[in-house]
Amino acid sequence: MGPTSNIMRHVYGWLLLTPAAILLIGFTHYPTVATVYESLFSKGSAIRPSRFIGAGNYESMMEDPIFWKVLSNNLWFAIGTIPTSVALAIGMALLVNRALPGRSLLRLAYFTPTILPMIAVANIWLFFYSPDIGLIDRLLGLFGLPGHNWLGDPDTVLPAIIVMTIWKEAGFFMIFYLAALQHLPPELKEAARLEGASRWYYFRRVVFPLLMPTTLFVLINAVLNSFKLVDHLFVLTKGGPDNASNLLLYYIYETAFSYFDTNYAATLTAVLLAILAVLALAQFFLLDKRIHYR
Amino acid sequence: MSGIRIDGLVKQWGDMRAVDEVSFSVGEGTLTVLLGPSGCGKSTILRLIAGLESADGGRVRIGGDDVTRLDPARRRVSMVFQSYALFPHLDVRENILFGLKVRRVDASEREARLVEAAKMVGLESLLHRKPAQLSGGQRQRVALARTIVSKQPVCLMDEPLSNLDAKLRAEMRDEIHRLQRELNLTMLYVTHDQIEAMSMADQVVLLRDGRIEQIGEPAWLYEHPQSEFAAQFLGTPPMNVLPLSSIDATVAGADGAAKLGVRPEKLRLADTGLPVEVAAVDYMGAETVLRLVHRGRALMARVEGRTHVAPGDTLHVAWDPADVHLFDERGRRVRDRKA
Ligand SMILES: Nc1ncnc2c1ncn2[C@@H]1O[C@H](COP(=O)(O)OP(=O)(O)O)[C@@H](O)[C@H]1O
Ligand SMILES: [Mg+2]
Repeated sequence: MGPTSNIMRHVYGWLLLTPAAILLIGFTHYPTVATVYESLFSKGSAIRPSRFIGAGNYESMMEDPIFWKVLSNNLWFAIGTIPTSVALAIGMALLVNRALPGRSLLRLAYFTPTILPMIAVANIWLFFYSPDIGLIDRLLGLFGLPGHNWLGDPDTVLPAIIVMTIWKEAGFFMIFYLAALQHLPPELKEAARLEGASRWYYFRRVVFPLLMPTTLFVLINAVLNSFKLVDHLFVLTKGGPDNASNLLLYYIYETAFSYFDTNYAATLTAVLLAILAVLALAQFFLLDKRIHYR
Repeated sequence: MSGIRIDGLVKQWGDMRAVDEVSFSVGEGTLTVLLGPSGCGKSTILRLIAGLESADGGRVRIGGDDVTRLDPARRRVSMVFQSYALFPHLDVRENILFGLKVRRVDASEREARLVEAAKMVGLESLLHRKPAQLSGGQRQRVALARTIVSKQPVCLMDEPLSNLDAKLRAEMRDEIHRLQRELNLTMLYVTHDQIEAMSMADQVVLLRDGRIEQIGEPAWLYEHPQSEFAAQFLGTPPMNVLPLSSIDATVAGADGAAKLGVRPEKLRLADTGLPVEVAAVDYMGAETVLRLVHRGRALMARVEGRTHVAPGDTLHVAWDPADVHLFDERGRRVRDRKA
C-alpha cells in the first residue's frame, strides 16, 4: 500500500468520526468544561460584573444549609427508592415469568407506569395524595381514620414521593429482569429440582447470582435516576414544604432559573456530575468482582 | 433393587400423543438405550421417569416402588442433560457438590465423594475452573461427576454426547460405559445415534412416533428387524428395501411378502443376478460404498477395500437367500424363511 493511500485511509477514518465527535464535543464535553469554568466566577450584576473567585462558590456552598438539606434528601430518596424498587422488580419478574393464565396482561399492567411520562404519573398521584378528596384519604375515611395532608407535611412529603417513584420504576426494572430470566436455561431449574432444591434455595444459589449483571445495570440506572428524576417535583411539591422534598437537581434548577445565579448553579452542577461519576465507578468496580458474565 | 419398569406410559401434548402406551423394563445394573429419530418421544419418556413431566397414563416403577406421582428428588435417579445443565457462576467443585449440599450431606462425606468422583473422571486439576473455562468434554465430565457423587442407583442420560465432536464422542462413550459398569448403574440412555446404541446397549428400545417399534439386544435388532423402519434405521448405509414386483422375483414360502430387504454388506457383485447401473462410488479406505440404480430405485452395496467399478458401469448384484428380510405391504416383517 502506497503512502498516499495510507494517508487517505486516515483522512477517511477521521471524516467518518467527525459527525459523532462534533455532537459529543458540542453537547457533552464543552458544556461540562464550561460549567466547571463558570463555577469559578462570582455572580454578576448590573453594578458588579462577574469576576474570578476561584473556589469561592464551593466555599459558600459548604456553608449553604439548603445544599446540605437537598443532598441528604437525595440520599434518603435513593435509599428509599432503590432497594425496594429493585426487590419488587425481581419479585414481579419471577411472578410473570411463570406460566400463569393471563400473564401477558399482568406484564403489561406492571409495565404501564413506565410508559407514562413522569408528569402524568405525578398528576395521578396528586389525586391519590390530595387531602380529604384524594384516593388515600377516602380509603382511610372508609375505615374511620382521619385524613392527612401527605404532601403538605414535611414529615410525610419525602416518603410520599418515594412511594410514587417506586411505583413508577419497579415495572421498568422488571422488564430487564424478565428478559434475563428468560435467558436462563430451564435445565438448571430441573437439575436443581432433581436434587430437591427448594424454590428459595434455587433462587438464592442460582437465579440471583446469575441475575447479577442485570442487577448491576439496574442499580446504575436506579442511582442515576434518583438524581435525574425531578419532573414530579414541578407538579407535586416544588421542593417544599420548606425544602423537605427538594432534591439536588431541582435545587440547581431553582438556583439557575428562579434566583438567576448561574454561577452557583454551575457549582452545584459540577458537584452533581462528580457525585454521579464516583457512584458509577464505585458500583462498576465493586460489583464487577461478584458478577458472572459468561 | 433399582431396576426400572414402565407400564402403558402415556403423555399427551394437546392433541398429540408424544408417548403412546409405552412399556419396557430396564434390568438392575444394565444399560438400555432409547433410540429413535428426533421427535419420537425419547426425551419425554426420560423426563416422565425422572418426574420432570407428569404422566397422563401408565406407571413408572423404580426398584419395585411405584414412583409415578413421587417428587423427582425422591425417585433415586440422577440425570445428565444434553446441555449438561452446569451452573455457570459456580466452579467445577461447587457444581459437583451442588446436589450434596441441597441434600445436606455432611462436609467430610461430601469431600470424600468429590475426591473420588473427580479422580474417576479426571477432573482433579480443574476443580476451581468455571464452566466457561472448560472444553466440551470437560463439561461433560463435570456432569458425570455430579451423577457419581449423587450415588443414586439409576442414571438417566439425554443425548449426552450430541454436543461433542466425533472423536471426543467415541472417547466419552467408552467412559460412560465404563462408569456404568464400574458403579453398577441402572442406566437409561437416550440417543438418536445408532452407533452409540449398538456399541453400548444391553438392550435397545427403538421408538417411532411415541410407540415402541422393536425392543431387544442390539444384535437382535440388526439381524431380525421386525419392520422396514427398524431395518432402515439401524445400519449405515441403511438396508436396501425393494418391492418384490420391481425385481421380478417371487420368494417361495413367504405369503404376503411385498418387499425384500438386503443389507448393503450382503450384496455381492456377480455375473448374474439383479442388473444395476453404478451411479456413484464412495471410497472410504477400508470399504467402498457403491450407489447403484435398478430401474430407477436406489440401492447401496458395501464392498471391502477398493474396487475397479466406476460410475456408469453396468453390472449385476446377487445375495444369499439366507440374508433376505421380507416385509409385507405395511412394512411388518414376514415370518422368517426356513432354510
Ligand atoms: N413441553 C412440550 N410441549 C409441547 N410439545 C412437546 C413438549 N415437549 C415435547 N413436545 C413434543 O413431543 C414430541 C416428542 O418430543 P421429545 O420427547 O422431545 O422427542 P425426542 O427427544 O425423541 O426428540 C415432539 O413432537 C415434541 O414437539
Ligand atoms: Mg430429545
